[in-house]
Amino acid sequence: MQFGVFTVGDVTVDPTTGREPTERERIKAMVAIALKAEEVGLDVFATGEHHNPPFVPSSPTTLLGYIAARTERLLLSTATTLITTNDPVKIAEDYAMLQHLADGRVDLMLGRGNTGPVYPWFGQDIRNGIPLAIENYDLLRRLWREDVVDWKGKFRTPLQSFTSTPRPLDDVPPFVWHGSIRSPEIAEQAAYYGDGFFANHIFWPKEHTQRMVGLYRQRFAHYGHGTPEQAIVGLGGQVFMRKNSQDAVREFRPYFDNAPVYGHGPSLEDFSRETPLTVGSPQQVIDRTLGFREYVGDYQRQLFLVDHAGLPLKTVLEQLDILGEEVVPVLRREFASRRPTDVPEAPTHAALVAARDATGTGVAR
Amino acid sequence: MTARSLAVVSAGLSQPSSTRLLADQLAAATRDELVRRGHEVRVHVVELRDHAHDVVNHLLTGFPSAALRAPLDAVAGADGVIAVSPIFSASYSGLFKSFFDVLEPAALAGTPVLVGATGGTARHSLALEHALRPLFSYLRAVVVPTGVYAASEDWSGDAADGALRERVLRAGAELAEQVDRRPASTGPADPFALTTDFARLLGDRED
Repeated sequence: MQFGVFTVGDVTVDPTTGREPTERERIKAMVAIALKAEEVGLDVFATGEHHNPPFVPSSPTTLLGYIAARTERLLLSTATTLITTNDPVKIAEDYAMLQHLADGRVDLMLGRGNTGPVYPWFGQDIRNGIPLAIENYDLLRRLWREDVVDWKGKFRTPLQSFTSTPRPLDDVPPFVWHGSIRSPEIAEQAAYYGDGFFANHIFWPKEHTQRMVGLYRQRFAHYGHGTPEQAIVGLGGQVFMRKNSQDAVREFRPYFDNAPVYGHGPSLEDFSRETPLTVGSPQQVIDRTLGFREYVGDYQRQLFLVDHAGLPLKTVLEQLDILGEEVVPVLRREFASRRPTDVPEAPTHAALVAARDATGTGVAR
Repeated sequence: MTARSLAVVSAGLSQPSSTRLLADQLAAATRDELVRRGHEVRVHVVELRDHAHDVVNHLLTGFPSAALRAPLDAVAGADGVIAVSPIFSASYSGLFKSFFDVLEPAALAGTPVLVGATGGTARHSLALEHALRPLFSYLRAVVVPTGVYAASEDWSGDAADGALRERVLRAGAELAEQVDRRPASTGPADPFALTTDFARLLGDRED
């Protein structure tokens, strides 16, 4: 099982000091978090993509390419790559390029983006969110799998005799996850292609996640990719830890109370009960996280959100130390001991190359 | 004998409130008429005051707390809805509107709804027609012709058995008539149900 962190890349005032980091500081902090993730033994760093303040990561492959050059093992991913407002041709090119530079340590998670005003800035309309996700991804797959593409659709200029360069590393495209909170069409899309399904999980009650993952697993089997239990599932999580759980609550509360998304709404206690948010001791995080598999089944990737709402970098790095030293080793062991042998790991580049070579087909999956 | 459910939404704030009093009278009139037509009736009363914080939290977080799920499902799954608000500043109260704002958009489509309102003076009675009725029309509900407005004077001793009573009975009968002619609700729609498949999603692309 893979463990990692995902970042939204928000520039938020630290409510305890009133200080707002500069964009440069935030971007450098994202790099520091990624390097720390590798140092403490995590597997994945995933960045969001946003095109409006207060967010900085508008250019994910620039960020990930820089991190790739400074890491050895870390798998670089996104959370999410906007499949609606990005040109699929540019996604195909950018991520194939990154794949070569990172020696295959790349996958990506596609999402629609729920910020209405962003769509028209890129010539689109949020009301076409699902059709854009369907058409653009269908083209993206072809660009990575066919050397020469002739294509015509509704949302972009037709292509004649187009070759996306560079070709994917070893002719094996990056593995793709599809992220959605409550659109069954996206679970269906992930199932149809046998891709991964990532449930954001963190801002909503567990019933949402349970229903969406259940649907994805059932349809994954329907389309002949394996049993429902063999489908590739990822989950988000949101944690804040201190040795003593009361200290964690006391320290995190001002960040929670003023956070974008849920701030000024429910109490920390209510939100912890209604969503996977866990503020407490490392043992509480271990127990809560192990509980996720009880409603989604055995899954392949767990990403934690640890760096939003104005938390200072120093605190975030301390959180990563706790994750790496006290939490993830236990989770690795416990999840592994519970997982049946026929449930696969999340696909890596090496595994996809091996699978392709074993079946003799041109392209894996 | 078949079962029908009524959801009664009352946005009154004081306790006891005249809004709740009117809501209860409308519910009783509707229930009596449905029983007369051979139905068994379940009445689910939603006092919005009890859910006020959860309604605001839903606006902020985008999901209902576990405690708010039950009233939302009761309204979305009802065979008929009685919705009563006090009139504040020329319209329904903000709490009343917010509750219907967080209800799933199509939850009331085709559902018979009886609207009621209360206020200190009869001069606000047209708020039923310029505020409540258009709200439920927008939600594609079937709003029965009679809306019932009760002002302070309607609750006075002289008026207690008079015109208000007659309007309550007429409105209840209209709602019962609409509920009676429809098959029983199958419950709230499942927002996670897959209503298409991928071949169709891809096919739409190629149109």
